Amino acid sequence: MSINKYLSLTLKIWRQDNPKEAGHFETYVMHDISPENSFLEMLDLLNDQLIRQGKDPVAFDHDCREGICGMCSLYINGEAHGPDRSITTCQLHMRRFRDGETIYIEPWRAKAFPVIKDLVVDRSSFDRIMAAGGFVSVNTSGNTIDGNAIPIPKDDADKAFDAAACIGCGACVATCKNASAMLFVSAKVSQLALLPQGKVEAQRRVLHMVRQMDEEGFGNCTNTGACEVQCPKEISLENIARMNREFLIASLQSED
Amino acid sequence: MSSLESKIPQGPLTDKWENHKAALKLVAPNNRSRIEIIVIGTGLAGGSSAATLSELGYKVKAFCFQDSPRRAHSIAAQGGINAAKNYQGDNDSIYRLFYDTIKGGDYRTREANVYRLAEVSANIIDQCVAQGVPFTHDYGGLLDNRSFGGVQVSRTFYAKGQTGQQLLLGCYSAMSRQIGKGRLQMYNRHEMLDLVIIDGKARGIIARNLVTGSVERYAAHAVVIASGGYGNVFFLSTNAMGTNVSAAWKIHKKGAFFANPCYTQIHPTCIPVHGAHQSKLTLMSESLRNDGRIWVPKTIADTVDIREGRKKPGDLPEEARDYYLERRYPSFGNLVPRDVASRAAKERCDAGFGIENNDTKEGVFLDFSSAIQHYGQEKVHELGLHHPDTEEITRLGEKVVKSKYGNLFQMYEKITDQNPYKTPMKIYPAVHYTMGGVWVDYNLMSTIPGCYVIGEANFSDHGANRLGASALMQGLADGYFILPYTIADYLADDIRTGHISTDHPEFEKAERKVKDRLSFFLKNNGNQPVDHFHKALGIVMWNKVGMTRHAEGLQKAIAEIQSIREAFWKDVRVPGQADLLNPELEKAGRVADFLELGELLAMDALERKESCGGHFREESRTEEGEALRDDVHYAHVSAWEYSGDRIAEEIMHKEILNFEFVELKTRSYK
Repeated sequence: MSINKYLSLTLKIWRQDNPKEAGHFETYVMHDISPENSFLEMLDLLNDQLIRQGKDPVAFDHDCREGICGMCSLYINGEAHGPDRSITTCQLHMRRFRDGETIYIEPWRAKAFPVIKDLVVDRSSFDRIMAAGGFVSVNTSGNTIDGNAIPIPKDDADKAFDAAACIGCGACVATCKNASAMLFVSAKVSQLALLPQGKVEAQRRVLHMVRQMDEEGFGNCTNTGACEVQCPKEISLENIARMNREFLIASLQSED
Repeated sequence: MSSLESKIPQGPLTDKWENHKAALKLVAPNNRSRIEIIVIGTGLAGGSSAATLSELGYKVKAFCFQDSPRRAHSIAAQGGINAAKNYQGDNDSIYRLFYDTIKGGDYRTREANVYRLAEVSANIIDQCVAQGVPFTHDYGGLLDNRSFGGVQVSRTFYAKGQTGQQLLLGCYSAMSRQIGKGRLQMYNRHEMLDLVIIDGKARGIIARNLVTGSVERYAAHAVVIASGGYGNVFFLSTNAMGTNVSAAWKIHKKGAFFANPCYTQIHPTCIPVHGAHQSKLTLMSESLRNDGRIWVPKTIADTVDIREGRKKPGDLPEEARDYYLERRYPSFGNLVPRDVASRAAKERCDAGFGIENNDTKEGVFLDFSSAIQHYGQEKVHELGLHHPDTEEITRLGEKVVKSKYGNLFQMYEKITDQNPYKTPMKIYPAVHYTMGGVWVDYNLMSTIPGCYVIGEANFSDHGANRLGASALMQGLADGYFILPYTIADYLADDIRTGHISTDHPEFEKAERKVKDRLSFFLKNNGNQPVDHFHKALGIVMWNKVGMTRHAEGLQKAIAEIQSIREAFWKDVRVPGQADLLNPELEKAGRVADFLELGELLAMDALERKESCGGHFREESRTEEGEALRDDVHYAHVSAWEYSGDRIAEEIMHKEILNFEFVELKTRSYK
């Protein structure tokens, strides 16, 4: 248990009114922050103060506040989702910061994620990549075979699950010096390529999703691996390797 | 005025759905593209229905307030989804799933709806497997199952501790496929602010684009509300921050009856409140009760020592611990249903045995040490180790536990900074799910023609208490398999209607009302932010309309909610502009609706003088302190009709519940 010593902090927060205007850092000083509070609760407190002072509160995305919806997205002191590992910003707690510390808070920065306001960015490019092929083309009529008629080796099932754990938050893009979306795309490609249900259209899928990824303006992958380090769900780089294999084979074989 | 016609088909229970389907009208494939449907919400119910309706060929528009349909709060469901597959050969069946659900809901729901749910449950699993949902498999390559509270079979399918996420991503991928084909139009970051009714039928909505702030009109032949539950009326809950009642409440104010609002589920295993400024509570999956044992110390002295850090939980020998669920309910033990487990925790904490060192001292232990030892021994045997030391056994046991609950343990550690492999988790009940909701008939249509309500937003399947792993089942059953059939029966009359114009005066009227309210908030210039009122409401709800309720407290709650509401309208301060992203403005509208619903919830709780499921009236209990139902006076659904600004004047209608196939028994888990 950490000691209940309250923190004083200096926040440097990116403020930007809308996508067209230039943004800037604004400085806020916060006192009496409990180390037991989450990072977003600390921002709630800041906003409460700003509203009472008649100022515009800081806009930031958040929803489930338990690390699974993928909506929260802050770049904190130069790291996606902050200094802790394997968590999202909403799971970050103030006990990870020292009294008197200055904290820089920025939005995800990528050409394909334009800023909407302050710390909120538009990640609909991810949705469009998914719509290009991130599915199994099966109707939802329920007229399928029995679930256990498709035995899946436990190892494949587990690997597919690990890839499917991606929450689509975009930390991989934010942290990548090239703003590449390879970890995100490869996670979905891998999940479905590893399962017999997804193999049928694996080639088509990888070609379409990669094409859409490129059209959205994401950068190229140069195997730096920062995405894997900062991914809150520990999605493995192996998925990128698997996608590259899938893509190469598909490019050679497919007529698509 | 609307009346309560449940439209439950005649005939034997097992034939009702089959016969009903056969009698439903159809819309031919060539006519479907002329029919437009609006779906509000993209969780399991909304997402699955939007995907299926688009696939059938209807023109569908789906709306969510989040930045992507994949974010809906179904994603946070951890434990699993029930299905009567009987893969484990433990004598499960459709009838048993039906019976467990009816009994679990304390006999306060329709037999026909629940039987249909059990019937389609097995097909949901097949469907999700076909979509590539990575359920947990065993070494033989087959689907694995586990057990959940309130049942004695293993029928719960799961994807580690992220079942909701994987099912929702399955839905989202099915939606994505339809979006890619151009059949489904998705409106992210849009919030429905009113329903438009033309000539008595739901014909569209008014929505606000949350990015540009523009108030927009959307027309359709039918509107499907799949906007989830209202747990955030308590402010602190396991719901997402944005989860709200507004879509359901708007249709209520336009004529849809609201049923059983007092049936709220307080989930027994959540991380206890840590202090002021807390914004939400985190659930620890019910699946943990498969292996975790719940206890508090037997003596007050030990309790105080633990609270104040003089003793650690591990210092207490077995005989000094009170495994109170195992003591009180030997046949179900730690796997009693949620309402029972929650009240038992409250009973111990109220008696002074709470172990958490917070303001309320509320907390109990969920201990995995027995499971770790048990699994460690099993592994030792499996690996053929001859002289393992305790450390080796513990290490092997922890590995097994990690493989089952790894992500939950990690989540717990990140939030509390304590390692649950080494020291028991601290847990306490928190608001989690709402069984009540908009009243719907067997076709899932509300009392407004053409306005359907599915998933948690309706009241239909869980009675007074929902069993674990049944919410995902209901959401997908409604969206994939039930609504797509029943809605056609209504739409069959609309094939010649043609496109609905948004120029109709009713759109004009609804839009003006929405805009007036938005500008009221921005001009009000009061002193307190929205959260101030939401928190005040939450405290009243939790203390007086929470785990246990009594008449006097409820009457006080109603008066207090009324005065908070009055203060809200006078003194709320909403900064910013209407034509930009403005989260405070969004919150203001949602809290205004919670302030009305809260009063109705308390009224409903006051009116229902029996204890049933999650609704526990202190005046109605057995000598042993268990819930005492009153089937003579309360075997009905209470459906409330809005009748103007004063919530106190809502009119209650009764739908009598007829039990033809099961016998009403006292629910016992002893």
